[in-house]
Amino acid sequence: MLTRRIFLGTGMAAGAFLTAPTVWGQAKPKVVVIGGGAGGATAARYLAKDSDGALEVTLVEANPIYTTCFFSNLYLGGFYDFENLQHGYDKLAGGGVTVINDMATAVDRAARTVTLAGGTVLPYDRLVLSPGIDFKDGSVPGWSADTHAEIMPHAYKAGPQTQLLKAQIEAMPQGGTFAMVAPPNPYRCPPGPYERISMVAHVLKEKNPTAKILVLDPKDKYSKQALFEEGWQRHYGTMVEWVGPDFGGNAVEVRPDTMEVVIDGDVTKVDVCNVIPGQMAGKIAAIAGVTDDSGWAPVDPASMKSKMDENTWVLGDSSAQGDMPKSGFSANSQAKVAAMAIRGELTGSKTFPAKYSNTCWSLIAPEDGVKVGASYEPTPEKIASVESFISATGEDAALRKATYEESLGWYAGITADMFG
Amino acid sequence: MASLLPRIAAVLCLSGAPLWAEDIGDAERGATLFAQQCKACHQIGEGAVNRVGPQLNGIFGRKASSLEGFNYSRPMARMGADGLVWTLETLDAYIENPKALVSGTRMNYRGMKDPQARAALMAFLRDWSDRPQDIPESEPTALKTDPDLSAATLSIQGDPEYGEYLASECQTCHQTDGSDQGIPSITSWPAEDFVVAMHAYKQKLRPHPVMQMMASRLNDEEIAALAAYFATLEE
Repeated sequence: MLTRRIFLGTGMAAGAFLTAPTVWGQAKPKVVVIGGGAGGATAARYLAKDSDGALEVTLVEANPIYTTCFFSNLYLGGFYDFENLQHGYDKLAGGGVTVINDMATAVDRAARTVTLAGGTVLPYDRLVLSPGIDFKDGSVPGWSADTHAEIMPHAYKAGPQTQLLKAQIEAMPQGGTFAMVAPPNPYRCPPGPYERISMVAHVLKEKNPTAKILVLDPKDKYSKQALFEEGWQRHYGTMVEWVGPDFGGNAVEVRPDTMEVVIDGDVTKVDVCNVIPGQMAGKIAAIAGVTDDSGWAPVDPASMKSKMDENTWVLGDSSAQGDMPKSGFSANSQAKVAAMAIRGELTGSKTFPAKYSNTCWSLIAPEDGVKVGASYEPTPEKIASVESFISATGEDAALRKATYEESLGWYAGITADMFG
Repeated sequence: MASLLPRIAAVLCLSGAPLWAEDIGDAERGATLFAQQCKACHQIGEGAVNRVGPQLNGIFGRKASSLEGFNYSRPMARMGADGLVWTLETLDAYIENPKALVSGTRMNYRGMKDPQARAALMAFLRDWSDRPQDIPESEPTALKTDPDLSAATLSIQGDPEYGEYLASECQTCHQTDGSDQGIPSITSWPAEDFVVAMHAYKQKLRPHPVMQMMASRLNDEEIAALAAYFATLEE
């Protein structure tokens, strides 16, 4: 296959070919998008939709059916069916995106090609990386994703892991202990671990009311903390025990073989252990060489373009952009800015100042929903928060119910926006 | 809101006059307007009960959709849950254009465009608020602010291409096909209603925190651009 660069080079040298400009003129600029989640699927869809066929857009995603991480906690709590978390790519394909179900294994930024596990080599003019997260090895002593995730699941990439964790919660002995090893900052979905605790508490309250929940946390504070603490106390009494860094939450080792957690030297037997380890950009970002020492990929706040490569964009969880949380909403918001900027470069379409936003809804108990959100704008240094809001403690039941119903509407809205 | 302060100061200087006596409009004319345009559905006064619409005694200071025994539309119930309270400002906006303030309200009323007529109607309605003499004059229920939008703002021609980009932000939550699964539809809106609704969020007349935040950073041209884009969607 010809890359655009080679095409231009040979075109210049072999002037004779230019006598047939209509044929050559039909070669469309190529955009390859890696990762079919909130960032990648949205970017692919908007690139194809808004360029009216002027761009050749290819989406590379390993899973033919995508399971959203957002709302997977509601599945754990019994509020959402697993099937409803799953989305295919048929409508994206129908909308002009070439969807390839394969894994990207290499990126040659000089040649502008992506190599897939199946051997295919895809040339590109612009590359969009939206590979989500990977786990840092050695983040939790005693645990590795490759060998222990079947015993102590992370369930922080949705799919079989989520189903495994749900089965384990439901199989817990009466009066047993559920432990979560919460992640250090920065990580995907800041309120996610604590919404999960709420959902586990809801299930246990119904089925296993004498069970205990231990949250082992290396952080001294976390997202929506006052709201979660209020909700846990109101709905679940003393079931949830949060162990912060002052009490050993930052010195945790796990022993998958004996189902034990060691908190600052003290051994505790547990029945389920959800290990959410430290995180970094999805591997392909490091393979492409666009990450820095932090493990994340720095980007230009005004466009989401990589600071390491002028033809590469990095979206969503993988990017290091400033104040936006790593969330599906953020990735979707960033994808629209990126798609506009890429179209501007490749087709000369008008570009506008970037606007970003995010809202994260969390469910604490049935019909008890809360939210946090902010709007963002680029500054020279980073994407900076402009204005923000958060649900208040002590809100009445009607507002909490309305917030929960709004979150259902958001899920329907964003998945339609991502997948068509 | 800056215009409120001199008026409050002026009211406080009126020695002897009861604070609640400030005229907000011609209540007698309001009674006539009520009989002509509202009475078919709403009752007010002694023994008023809910009919097609809820009874309107004590409407000022009441949370939207909070009357027990009345079956509100889902959009109105949602606005109530979001914190919409009937004040002189919010009621004025609602009567002017019900569907711009509460999209999808069941109140089948085209709106009252004349600000003086609305002021008269509200003066009449306010006579039937429980104890108007107890409403502190500094409360928003008692004073009216300046009109929200100038003709110049309303007449801005937006750039639909810019609107298309800005609209992508709306479409994270609001579905383009108009379906409502917990977040209301924003398709097929007349451009002017759209502009009025967005300014109502920007001025925090409409209560929703996400929408207030989204609208607050949009300037007049950007709101016009969004309206222009959504108008092209209708075609």
